[in-house]
Amino acid sequence: MFRNQYDSDVTVWSPQGRLHQVEYAMEAVKLGSATVGLKSATHSVILCLKRASSELAAYQKKIIPIDKHIGISISGLTADARILSRYMRTECLNYKYSLDTLLPIARLIGQLGNKMQLCTQRYDRRPYGVGLLVAGYDDQGPHIYQTCPSANFFDCKAMAIGARSQSARTYLEKHLDEFADCPLDELVKHGLRAVRDTLPNEVELSTKNVSIGYVGKGQDFKILDDDEIGIFLSMIEGEERRVGGGSGGTGDEVIRPEPTGEEDEPRDPIPAVAMDTE
Amino acid sequence: MINPTDSFGAPPLWKNGPVPGAFYNFPGSNVDKQHISQHSQAPVTTATSVIAFAFNSGVIIAGDLLASYGSLARFRDCPRIMKVNDNIILGAGGDYGDFQYVKDFIEQKVIDEECLDDGFKLKPKSLYCWLTRIMYNRRSRFDPFWNTFVVGGLQDGVPFLGTVDKLGTAYEDKAICTGYGAHLALPLIRDALDKNPLLSEVEAVALLKKCMEVLYYRDARSFPKYQIGIITEDGIKIEGPIDVNQKWELAHMIH
Amino acid sequence: MSATVSRPYFPDYAANAPTKHHFSPYADNGGSIVAIAGDDYVVIAGDTRLSAGFQIYTREQNKLFQLTNTTVLGCAGCWCDTLTLTRLLSARMQMYEQEHNKTMSTTAAAQMLSTILYYKRFFPYYISNMLVGLDDEGKGCVYSYDPIGHCEKAKYRAGGSAGALLQPLLDNQVGLKNMQGIKSEPIPLERALAILKDVFISAAERDIYTGDGIHINIITKDGLKSDSFQLRKD
Repeated sequence: MFRNQYDSDVTVWSPQGRLHQVEYAMEAVKLGSATVGLKSATHSVILCLKRASSELAAYQKKIIPIDKHIGISISGLTADARILSRYMRTECLNYKYSLDTLLPIARLIGQLGNKMQLCTQRYDRRPYGVGLLVAGYDDQGPHIYQTCPSANFFDCKAMAIGARSQSARTYLEKHLDEFADCPLDELVKHGLRAVRDTLPNEVELSTKNVSIGYVGKGQDFKILDDDEIGIFLSMIEGEERRVGGGSGGTGDEVIRPEPTGEEDEPRDPIPAVAMDTE
Repeated sequence: MINPTDSFGAPPLWKNGPVPGAFYNFPGSNVDKQHISQHSQAPVTTATSVIAFAFNSGVIIAGDLLASYGSLARFRDCPRIMKVNDNIILGAGGDYGDFQYVKDFIEQKVIDEECLDDGFKLKPKSLYCWLTRIMYNRRSRFDPFWNTFVVGGLQDGVPFLGTVDKLGTAYEDKAICTGYGAHLALPLIRDALDKNPLLSEVEAVALLKKCMEVLYYRDARSFPKYQIGIITEDGIKIEGPIDVNQKWELAHMIH
Repeated sequence: MSATVSRPYFPDYAANAPTKHHFSPYADNGGSIVAIAGDDYVVIAGDTRLSAGFQIYTREQNKLFQLTNTTVLGCAGCWCDTLTLTRLLSARMQMYEQEHNKTMSTTAAAQMLSTILYYKRFFPYYISNMLVGLDDEGKGCVYSYDPIGHCEKAKYRAGGSAGALLQPLLDNQVGLKNMQGIKSEPIPLERALAILKDVFISAAERDIYTGDGIHINIITKDGLKSDSFQLRKD
């Protein structure tokens, strides 16, 4: 039933100083389909791969607008994401109501982090099982933030989370230096290529399974419609795909050696289960 | 004023029953009329006009140092021009105690923001909007802050000037004066700005000093010592106490 | 506790202080709004004077609030209530948009405004509101309200401090009432704009709370256009 004796509750520490329940929650992020975020000097873009839960179901929305300067894309438990997005929307509205300005991204993420942290420190709560990529624009320029179920958040230049997202991160790392000076459409193309790298070989990007949102200088957060996505897709059509496809994620379960408990030395807490994105 | 218990009031309609024109506590309810609080319905220690206008590169605000107790010139060193942060100066008229309360509130807000240390600073429009909410909220509870605030500052480099009164009535303009200043100084300022909409800082100070002089001669609750606050790209200066240039030689010619 | 506990009361010393201030949560800040709807347009105008008693606060106060691309609200009356109401409305518009994934229609906004006003039935927003927009068929419509949320749909309406002064004029010039030998038909946009300017010039002559200038919003299927026009400033 349990993977080890120290994961019965979020509030239980393992002797190695780990919170196993929190780490399990981090795994929920990898169950969601991949999402990619990246930014230039003027814009930030989020893209994601949509899945249909069955033949009969529609492709599920993965990008949620928060305010006119913020949008998020999600990976993990959609229901948890709805709660978080509602919270973020309310915070933005309240800030705008009382101060007549848009909520700075870093402040929103800080508040969100505090809210999420509560769930990792109380026995009657469970961590949110969703990872977010937050794209926003404020007086300090464009931002991409990543948030985790562990209530960690990271200010990123580019990031990918979700199933098979390692390949997308590989792409992003390789082209990281190009992003800063990219015009918006180049940035979107980079993002699409990164998303494409997470696909299995037999699947292709289409207007049905990808969605794109961006925000930037003089540009409110916008989710592209099918026609607009089609234009971008045609721009990267025919380019050679990176061989190999994705790695990591749901397909390849990482079996972590169980701590024996008899060990005297504390083990190196390099996470085998926790996200390897930080 | 409800004073049901005085000996001149009407007696209760029956024993322990309601008194005409008074609050009635239903038997068994815990409402105690001593808990019905009397809100501040009138200002006590008052400051008079605030004078403010925008010039070519910033905003200038002035207010004298007097806090009156009715017609008594009670406290004579009450500064009411405050620096909020590097973007904003604030001037206040009306009840001085209410101003001090709101001032503490604003200062705490600015400190909280500095503690976040995220590089964002409150902007004048935000403070103006926030004050509107505070003042409207208190007026809706029938317990107003008896003040008129004038917010001046630079909103992304552009001069901003706005005012909020005790009801939460708020507006922006190039020139704003409260109290007697609205009657005596505002016409002078509007006239000067009509002739030259882009006053220099030196011209602005000269105009402001003229206004304070006129106000001192005609506003009985004014005082010959005042402060000037100026905000430009170079920062905020709060100068004073400055003395009104008084000329009483002419006094005997006026009847 | 009981109502019979008495405090000493000395009538000779009960005189009120000479400067007795009375607090009223409301102010009349004046302002007039006029709106005229046609088959494919609607125009709304509000004067730009913000005043209290004999004092003009500012001569450049816009009283028109754009709620959506096809809906505009004009407010006259207690300015602090107007600020609060419009702030609340813009938040509600955003919430609607996020919850329903579409912008609110003019008719929905009109109903929502009525509900919001009635919600404050016992401490009302002291505002005469005028909400205009294009309905689902693209036709212009005008909704006017009393402070507690009574809503009436009309083709033309004057409200605010000069409302009573201007409504009969509009009845005659726009509604073509009390005219003989004239076929009642909707007036074109150009005529509506001309009437709008004329009635405000008239209002500024007789109403001290209306003047300085007007802001005009013209809504057609092509979107929203703004215009302004100067009035007498005394």
